[in-house]
Amino acid sequence: MQSVLECHRISKHFPGVKALDEVDFKVRAGEVHALIGENGAGKSTLVKIITGIYPPDAGTILKNGETVEFRNPIASQMAGITAIHQEATMFPELSVTENIYMGHHLTRSGSRLLDWKRMKLKTRSLLEKLELEINPDTKVKDLSIAKRHMVEIVKALSLDARIVIMDEPTSALSLREVEDLYKIIRQLRTEGQAIVFISHKFEDIYEIADYFTVLRDGRYIGEGKVAATKVDTIVQMMVGRSLKQMFPKTQAQLGDTVLKVEGLSKTGFFKDVSFDLHRGEILGFFGLVGAGRSEVMQAIFGIDEVTSGEITIKGRDVHISSPSQAMDHGIAYVPEDRQLQGTILAMNIRENTTLPVVDRLSHYSFLDFNKEREITRQYGQRMEIKTSGWDQAVGSLSGGNQQKVVLAKWLATRPEILIMDEPTKGIDVATKARVHEFISQLAAEGLAIILISSELPEILGMADRIVVMHEGKITACLDRKEADSEKLVKAAMGNLLS
Amino acid sequence: MRRREFSLFILILLLLIAVSLRAPNFFQLGNLYDIANDTSILIMVAIGQMMVIITGGIDLSVASGIALSGMSVAMLNQYYPNIPIFVIILISLSIGFLLGSFNGILVSMAGIPPIITTLGTMSIYRGFVFVLSSGEWVSAHEMTEEFRELPRGSLFGMTNLILAAVLLVLIFAVFLHLSRTGREIYGVGGNKVAAQFVGINLKKIHYLVFVLSGIIVGLSGLFWVSRYASAQNETAFGFELQTIAACVIGGVSIMGGTGTILGVVLGAMFLGIVNNALTVINLSPFYQMAIQGFVILVAIVANTLVDRRNQLAMLRKRKL
Repeated sequence: MQSVLECHRISKHFPGVKALDEVDFKVRAGEVHALIGENGAGKSTLVKIITGIYPPDAGTILKNGETVEFRNPIASQMAGITAIHQEATMFPELSVTENIYMGHHLTRSGSRLLDWKRMKLKTRSLLEKLELEINPDTKVKDLSIAKRHMVEIVKALSLDARIVIMDEPTSALSLREVEDLYKIIRQLRTEGQAIVFISHKFEDIYEIADYFTVLRDGRYIGEGKVAATKVDTIVQMMVGRSLKQMFPKTQAQLGDTVLKVEGLSKTGFFKDVSFDLHRGEILGFFGLVGAGRSEVMQAIFGIDEVTSGEITIKGRDVHISSPSQAMDHGIAYVPEDRQLQGTILAMNIRENTTLPVVDRLSHYSFLDFNKEREITRQYGQRMEIKTSGWDQAVGSLSGGNQQKVVLAKWLATRPEILIMDEPTKGIDVATKARVHEFISQLAAEGLAIILISSELPEILGMADRIVVMHEGKITACLDRKEADSEKLVKAAMGNLLS
Repeated sequence: MRRREFSLFILILLLLIAVSLRAPNFFQLGNLYDIANDTSILIMVAIGQMMVIITGGIDLSVASGIALSGMSVAMLNQYYPNIPIFVIILISLSIGFLLGSFNGILVSMAGIPPIITTLGTMSIYRGFVFVLSSGEWVSAHEMTEEFRELPRGSLFGMTNLILAAVLLVLIFAVFLHLSRTGREIYGVGGNKVAAQFVGINLKKIHYLVFVLSGIIVGLSGLFWVSRYASAQNETAFGFELQTIAACVIGGVSIMGGTGTILGVVLGAMFLGIVNNALTVINLSPFYQMAIQGFVILVAIVANTLVDRRNQLAMLRKRKL
């Protein structure tokens, strides 16, 4: 079948880096095509060229067999290509209708006055077509992230998109919401849309994609039919290594109890949470988005208050009401959102890394830059942060490297209890594997680790024990040997497992 | 960052040259000395303003604070002329501390946004000036000799006023760039949430910057009324805008998180030079305000363009 969009030997240079080197890419109508590759492989650059943000240095783009040139994003949009990015590009204070029609409002016939009635009607019909129960008048800020993604899809449809590009659309969605998204994608597929799906998750790729293309280091590596290709093959194409190296959790000796939580409750967020944690242990916390896992950990870390419950650290009852108190007790918390909660983008790597320990590194309140550099070098090297220098601004690092800075920063506090909240979210496979290796190493060195993760393979591969939460309560606590995907998902969706 | 201060420095040099071409008496030592004296208060108060802005806030009450502190110590001097000058200095610092504290408590404890808090205290403090003075001014002959001599007295070849500004610059340069609390201030401004997650006490920092700004304001009030030998109800009216302009020209981002002492000093000097130049080239005072505003705008636009170029460069480097 003829392709609806084809990229032929596309190349793109940026000062100092060759982002794309004669890349081929082909997508047909009625096909869900996964674009796979590590961070830095060139996926985003390719998408930006397709959506008209950059012009290619060489190569051609063909739409329905005809050569086209996109001088700007509007040209690409008018050719029927829409991209839905990871970060929401919606206007929170405006309604769904206003968001959808922003930029291409409908006017009353003959005049330049906006025709809200018609826009609302069309919005409603599009929403119904996708079986979405969203009120067109709702302000986008009142919608969940999942619903916002859906609205973006509706927006694409309102622009008569024939090719919809989705960048990591499931990374902020719960399992249930992911199912809803799949349904919509399948529906779009039957209507002949072509969908380009950028994802790091094999569950997504194997569930929904028909074809895939793999990029590595800006080069086209290969493509194929998803159903006919084994996971290991794809990983090898992406990374040059096999899947076995992805989750190297080694068996560690479990030491004594370092943290004990009993009856922890916070009205409206979680109830009766009890668990214990040992040295050398990786305790996984699984659940749907909104299950309350981050809230529990943020309460333990002193960011939020609890209504009742007790926390015992190394046998002593403690009362933690601020992060600095938590840090004094040897707890470190690597937050979920690295840009919002984990780093100060305006500061450089050294400043970010030493921020939590800046009191230990200063003499009588004066900063000791040498010590700072020393610590940054020590932990930065350990985390293998790829940078031109420790004075590089964190905002200019890739997502994977930013996460490494966050990890380095918390390791520098020399914690005994390390809580990690989705530490490998949105990170490429190679960095992910390294991070997993580090976590295993840390556990082997005697750290007690809590790992919050929504990725089944990750949590099954890394955790010694897995706690599952649902709507603020613990529904299961499984040992590694007895845990499997089915049990975890069941517990996450509400079924209590004894 | 260094590039910006450097380009501002060049800009100032160019400005000096341009003005001296038009008015040769501009470049005389006496005139430059005047500029330094004139700008000292702006430099001091702008430093306080800078710290507040870095944490993401703003202090609109600085001008009113200057007036209140100034009127208070002037009246004190009028009715109790025997109080030694260094006690008056301490009193001005204490008044400033109270004024700043009030702002700080409202912002850090009550959580009221700084712009609203200081908009309120701007009026409250100015109102208190009227209440204190009952509408009357304190004029030169009602002040003691010692009082009026404060900003003039010469030490190391500089007036006390210039000396005070220099000291303040040094102290706060060290504080902001080399101390732990300084780093925390930048942290809070750079990303409030991340700073909190790392154990920084947000309330303490917000309170602290307002107190520091207040203390500086207190001292500046004393210098202002003693320099102009007059404490009026409209003293320093509108001055807060100049302090903000000095910061913005000097590269302090209104969003918070960035800015250097050097930049603020240069920004204040830039304003001081423009102020002085406009008078020296005999421009009608009616044009002066418009031109001042225009020059400030140009400086800010230049700054913004440089900022944007840096940001783009940063985004380009980022691989996704």
